[in-house]
Amino acid sequence: MSSVPITHTLTGARRARDWIGDRILFLLTLLGSLAAIAIMVGIAYKVLRGAHLSFSKFGLGFLTGTTWDAANNVFGAGTFLYGTAVTCAIALLLGGPFAIAIALFLSELAPRGVRPVVGTLVEMLAAIPSVVLGLWGILVMGPFVAHHIEPWLHDYFGWIPLFGEPSTGSDVFVAGLILAIMIVPIVASICRELFLGVPQDLEDGALALGATRWEMVRGVVLSGSRPGIAAALILGLGRALGEAIAVTQVIGSATAINKSLFQPGDTLASRIAAQFQGAVSELQISSLFYLAAILLVIGLVTNLLAQVIVRRFEVQQTGGI
Amino acid sequence: MAAVEPFSLRGGASSRRRRVVNRIAEVAANLAALGAIAVLAIVVISVAKRGISEISWGFLTSDLPLFGVPGGGIAPLIVGSAILVGIATAIALPLGVLTALFLTEFAPRRIASPVQLTLDLMNGLPSVILGVFVFGLLVYGHQQSGWAGGFALSIVMIPLVARSTQEVLRLVPQTQRDAAFALGVSRWRVVLGVVLPSALGGIVTGTVLAIARAAGETAPLLFTTSIFVNNVATNPGEALPNMPVQIFIWSESPDPEDHKRAWATALVLLVFVLVTSVLARAVLIRSRKKMGQ
Repeated sequence: MSSVPITHTLTGARRARDWIGDRILFLLTLLGSLAAIAIMVGIAYKVLRGAHLSFSKFGLGFLTGTTWDAANNVFGAGTFLYGTAVTCAIALLLGGPFAIAIALFLSELAPRGVRPVVGTLVEMLAAIPSVVLGLWGILVMGPFVAHHIEPWLHDYFGWIPLFGEPSTGSDVFVAGLILAIMIVPIVASICRELFLGVPQDLEDGALALGATRWEMVRGVVLSGSRPGIAAALILGLGRALGEAIAVTQVIGSATAINKSLFQPGDTLASRIAAQFQGAVSELQISSLFYLAAILLVIGLVTNLLAQVIVRRFEVQQTGGI
Repeated sequence: MAAVEPFSLRGGASSRRRRVVNRIAEVAANLAALGAIAVLAIVVISVAKRGISEISWGFLTSDLPLFGVPGGGIAPLIVGSAILVGIATAIALPLGVLTALFLTEFAPRRIASPVQLTLDLMNGLPSVILGVFVFGLLVYGHQQSGWAGGFALSIVMIPLVARSTQEVLRLVPQTQRDAAFALGVSRWRVVLGVVLPSALGGIVTGTVLAIARAAGETAPLLFTTSIFVNNVATNPGEALPNMPVQIFIWSESPDPEDHKRAWATALVLLVFVLVTSVLARAVLIRSRKKMGQ
């Protein structure tokens, strides 16, 4: 830094320049922040505005209507809400425990030297573009699942309507699996941070009392970070809800609810991605906007929920120490 | 928990059971980590194995194949993707850095928290909604364009750039700022002369990570720049060919030739994304260690 003579700092010109400089930089950064807020508001406005035509025609009945008929201009989101719920449930049921186990491995079990390597590899899983994962899903994993896993599930659990006849590899189940792969790295990395934040004293105390490592994990690590785990799962859910591309590639597209998981379906996001280009009527475009609006609301609510939990949890944690 | 029993060093049935349960849990956690690595390896190897045979100098430098014609290449996709990501970076880098500066250097808590919340929500937004938004804003009634696609990608990048900038700004020691203030340096010169230079490395790597993420995003481009010509296009006023959308189109095609092209393009994209994010992450971890201590 150049040295400044003391007398210089007190001159009016310098003070005026600093005053202006401070104001300009402040205003610039303020503008940047306002732009970010404006984009968010703009997104909400545009999406809701676009949905207006469809909303005025179908109202809230759109949410439960299961018809999507472009020829007769009748649209409803029921099928896609169902598909979104089912694929996300599969993703969370399979991916959630998996991710938590990985986080435990990374924070409690793995030797120090192994942690960064495995941690980076798990995060690389999140870096794979969804379109590449979808390509792999439709050409490699889908057929494998359809030929090897679905027949097995059908043979043993076929009495449950969910596990119907095996498909050709494009179905709700495969979409759920792809989503599970996508949420694992997100949930795992958040949970790892949580588990690392559990005070070492508590862990040592539990071990000193004779608890096995698992008992320590269950009693100290997991029970202490339960709200955080919930937030991590909700953030994972948010990711799964909104994934459009990979799901479109593997889910096969359907306009009716199929009881079996081994049948094609559609989610809110995948229907938007699949139909936007080919939309013919104003009402159809507006209905796609309506789907986007539903997705936006669900996405914002889940994210807000996760933020609230995280913030409250942080307050609790720091307050407790 | 087992009831307290008379002390014995040998351990009874309950102790054995506890050890077995512990062992099972440990094995499960190990297997889970192994499983995640296996999935990563399988995906990467699948793409590499199928893609590598297609890739040649000609493939990387030729125009897109016309419909049903064999051969062709992906030069327009590479050029287009680069331009789109360039536009996105040009928008997201200043906005993200300014927002981060506002949050860490200027904003009082009461104003900072809604801005922070906005960034967090923006980060969690489904990317298909960004596509729909920009379609409604710039494309509907006009035409698809590189500007629209780049803008859509920039919304993906802004929260990422802002967050990584914030993280590195927080690592700049408060003592440095205090020392400068004590010397009578004004706030804007402290920010531009002291804080930003020490944070520069972190901002760059954070931006590179955001670029790696944006390069693979498909949904924001699907409605904004997906109907394009088959030769190299550089005018952002028109729709620009790009890798993610073309992989998506080829993957939906029934033609096995298109699948081959999709694998090869996916390999190019995957190598770019993985290499840049691994490098950026390595640099980030190292610089964080240096600054954190």
